[in-house]
Amino acid sequence: MRETTAERWARRSVLTLLTLFVLVPLYVMVSSSVKPLQDVQNAFTWWPRRPTVDAFVDMWSTVPLGRYLVNSLVVSSVAAVLSVAVAIFAAFAVSRYRFRGRGLFSVTVLSTQMFPGILFLLPLFLIYVNLGNATGIQLYASRTGLIVTYLTFSLPFSIWMLVGYFDSIPRGLDEAAQVDGAGPLRTLFQVVLPAAVPGVVAVTVYAFMTAWGEVLFASVMTNEGSRTLAVGLQGYSTQFNVYWNQVMAASLVVSMPVVAGFLALQRYFVAGLTAGAVK
Amino acid sequence: MAITTVHDATGRDGPPRGGAPQNRPRRPRRSLLPYLLLAPAVVLELAIHVVPMLVGAWMSLLELTQFHIRDWSTAPFVGTENYRMVLDLDSAAGAELLHSFQVTVLYTVCSVGLSWVLGTTAAVLLQRPFRGRGLLRALFLTPYALPVYTAVITWSFLFQRDNGLVNHVLVDQLQLLGDRPFWLIGDNSFVALLIVSVWRSWPFAFLCVMAGLQNIPADLYEAAAMDGAGFWRRFRSVTLPMLRPVNLVLLLVLFLWTFNDFNTPYVLFGGSAPEQADLVSIHIYRSSFKTWDFGSGSAMSVALLLFLLLVTAGYLLLTNRRRNDA
Amino acid sequence: MSRRRLAILTAAVLAAAPLTACGGSDDPSGGSAKTLTYWASNQGASLEADKQILQPELDRFEQQTGIKVNVEVVPWSDLLNRLLAAATSGQGPDVVNIGNTWSASLQATGAMVEFDDATLAKVGGRDRFVPAALAAAGAPGKPPAAVPLYSLAYALYYNKKAFADAGITTPPTTWEQVAELGRKLTGDGRWGLAVEGANASENAHHAFTFSQQYGGEWFDSAGKPTFDTPQNVAAVKRYVDLMATDKIINPSNAEYAQNQSVSDFANGKAAMLLWQAAGANLKSQNMAADAYGVAPVPFLAAPPAGGRKVNSMVAGINIAVFKHTRNPDAALEFVKFMTSDAEQVTLNKTYGSLPPVTTAASDPAFTAPEQKVLQATLATTAAPLPQVPDESTFETLVGTAIKELFADAASGKPVTEDGVRQKLSKAQQQMR
Repeated sequence: MRETTAERWARRSVLTLLTLFVLVPLYVMVSSSVKPLQDVQNAFTWWPRRPTVDAFVDMWSTVPLGRYLVNSLVVSSVAAVLSVAVAIFAAFAVSRYRFRGRGLFSVTVLSTQMFPGILFLLPLFLIYVNLGNATGIQLYASRTGLIVTYLTFSLPFSIWMLVGYFDSIPRGLDEAAQVDGAGPLRTLFQVVLPAAVPGVVAVTVYAFMTAWGEVLFASVMTNEGSRTLAVGLQGYSTQFNVYWNQVMAASLVVSMPVVAGFLALQRYFVAGLTAGAVK
Repeated sequence: MAITTVHDATGRDGPPRGGAPQNRPRRPRRSLLPYLLLAPAVVLELAIHVVPMLVGAWMSLLELTQFHIRDWSTAPFVGTENYRMVLDLDSAAGAELLHSFQVTVLYTVCSVGLSWVLGTTAAVLLQRPFRGRGLLRALFLTPYALPVYTAVITWSFLFQRDNGLVNHVLVDQLQLLGDRPFWLIGDNSFVALLIVSVWRSWPFAFLCVMAGLQNIPADLYEAAAMDGAGFWRRFRSVTLPMLRPVNLVLLLVLFLWTFNDFNTPYVLFGGSAPEQADLVSIHIYRSSFKTWDFGSGSAMSVALLLFLLLVTAGYLLLTNRRRNDA
Repeated sequence: MSRRRLAILTAAVLAAAPLTACGGSDDPSGGSAKTLTYWASNQGASLEADKQILQPELDRFEQQTGIKVNVEVVPWSDLLNRLLAAATSGQGPDVVNIGNTWSASLQATGAMVEFDDATLAKVGGRDRFVPAALAAAGAPGKPPAAVPLYSLAYALYYNKKAFADAGITTPPTTWEQVAELGRKLTGDGRWGLAVEGANASENAHHAFTFSQQYGGEWFDSAGKPTFDTPQNVAAVKRYVDLMATDKIINPSNAEYAQNQSVSDFANGKAAMLLWQAAGANLKSQNMAADAYGVAPVPFLAAPPAGGRKVNSMVAGINIAVFKHTRNPDAALEFVKFMTSDAEQVTLNKTYGSLPPVTTAASDPAFTAPEQKVLQATLATTAAPLPQVPDESTFETLVGTAIKELFADAASGKPVTEDGVRQKLSKAQQQMR
């Protein structure tokens, strides 16, 4: 099954075009971040003529970027971990048990993917406020509220992917463990989960990225203390100016951890999808 | 969201799939355990999605303007009045919504289609090993990993008329165009929105198709090659059919995400999109938050939700029937 | 073992959510009686810069009264949403800055403390405030929903060197002159005038001024919209024609929504700019104060019957108190402090705005040429935007309609009277 010369050249040119498409915005992000403000406000140039790291220094004082970064890290990691924990139990139930309401559960979870966020933004906000007033658990304007919200955003996809993954793990393993006297939970933790590590990693990454990038709910549900990067970055566009070089520098800095994490774990992501969702 | 389990639910009375007896789920026991396992997920979904959604549906029956938002009990119950207003195609509001809906459908179809084509192309081209393949794969996945707002902000920088890269390349360097076109306003804004959307979502298609390709046994290709099938034949008769289950799921997920996409137009156009790129999500946002009319905003959302439910149900029914017929 | 352990585990998972994350909740409004939360609007170079400007003043307030004020500077893009959320939920800040054009809209929610005479007395009395500024703090005939904090007006900023190079000695006083001089000034990468064509609020403000000059109104006396009257059509067309037919505005301005027009003016890419108190901003962009002149916004050379001598809205920032505050007295104390002579001089001087407080207005800090023009405009030729509950909707709809007209003009499509009327009619139909 050798590749013909025509095929090879076709492959190379298509891949080159795709590479350019992907790479150019990334390159501009990097190159603009090392330009002085004056240069990003004038005609575009490919190469920074007067490279400077000013933007990387100034960006911390234009907006409280450090605080936003911490908020995003806390919110996204806690939301991801909790989301995956909840998804594991739910997926185990759906994958390993037949019970009344199983179909209903699946359909309901699927349909929440269709809810326009804008429809339940205001109601959810009011529920948080009233819950806070009634119980003292502060959900509005707190990281807790964002965490609870975001973990449900990634839940449907996580459950779906894990169900697929768990289904692909032979039930013979479960049964062998049960013959040895293991209960369902021990089976889950000692047999199913170890075999499902790639799926779990993939789902965690997905949940983290979902929380890291959300804009709409964060813009209404946070205050200065709990504001996340997604909203905070808008602060570079002020009454006076748009600090484009700082926007790019900050974008670069906040993208770095997620992109690096995702690329490092992408192997698991593919494996998770292969065994799970798309089998 | 378990599409696989939706199949299970419909095929429950049929013979077990896969044949292997040990893969049959446990027989139902009168056990609380599965419910306990599901409880956290159910509680969260109810609390964060279902209940607020029902409240939203209730809002759509009220005249909820700035006079009443502070105390909903004072908001007059207007029944279907909001729906009549936003769905009446003769009124300005109805015509705007219809226009916005058409834009969104076109946007979704184009974005999902292009993302799928690019993703599949890249996945197929990266199927066999060559030097630099890992690097390319990582690069192609980067836009998907990039947080939405950083990606979109960067694109809005590129699309500026005077100082943006796009016009610099098209007008100054390649001299394809004499006049500097606008990208963020006017007719081209739709194209700009589409480009950003495809840039962000094709890597997801790439990822899924790549995963799907790994499940295709190599001997299928070898057999096809033995029969003298060229690249296209192999793609059409081996790759595509084997990718069908992946594609079914992938297209649905992309469709739902793209149709409801709020972040891309919101960040690209800063809250109010030009009419040529006025997606439903941003249209509803403007109707509710900028003009403080949450009743009609909710009515639009509910109508949108019903549309998505219908489309999804139809899609699942259709694909299941064809799958069962096969 | 399983069922019980599972129950415990489930409980633990659920309990973990609030526990692990409690570090993030810091809503100070529930704190002690001596703490206030204050949302300030973004008036300066950045959110942090504003905070640094305000913090010493807040510290002084705490020294004087023992009341601690936590300030959060909210970007304009978020402010109205956040105010709306606070009004809806009764949660959030005690004291807020609002754009003065939102006063009547927010007043309609009933969430703001009314400044009736008794309440006004607590912050120094009605007579303390410049009447025109106080008139822009709520619907006429009702107690104001806020009191003015910073006053602003539009002025025409012009580049002295560009004018001298073109042989122009005096700034234009009519729109006809603007067009004529603008054509002289346009060329060599420079344009006559810069506008913020994609910014709905800016567009709506100019639409108001032009409409006044043509004798139009955006709302009738009953508060019903009258967007598509011939006067308003003429007014909007006159404004957009500066780009469409006079061609003294760079078409690129049609996509400006983030104050790029100020940068263009500061960088010499535009010779004129219509702006409110641009001085501080221009300074931050390295334009020396003697490099530009400030003149009143022009009028029509031959105003039609009923045309008014208005060349700016009464612009500004108001300070308001939410009814839900747990410390109304402390909140009013803070409002009194912010509107005191000393604070008014310090803050307005920093931001280049004017004190809406009669006793501070004569301070020598406000005798610079820019402030004098603003002061004269406010005193004689400024009018408040319609103080109706639908005002913020008007800004969104009419401002967006003009944005679309600019987009048409920029791409060379003709802007006709019919086209303008259609856009305005459509906007009007979207008002409830």
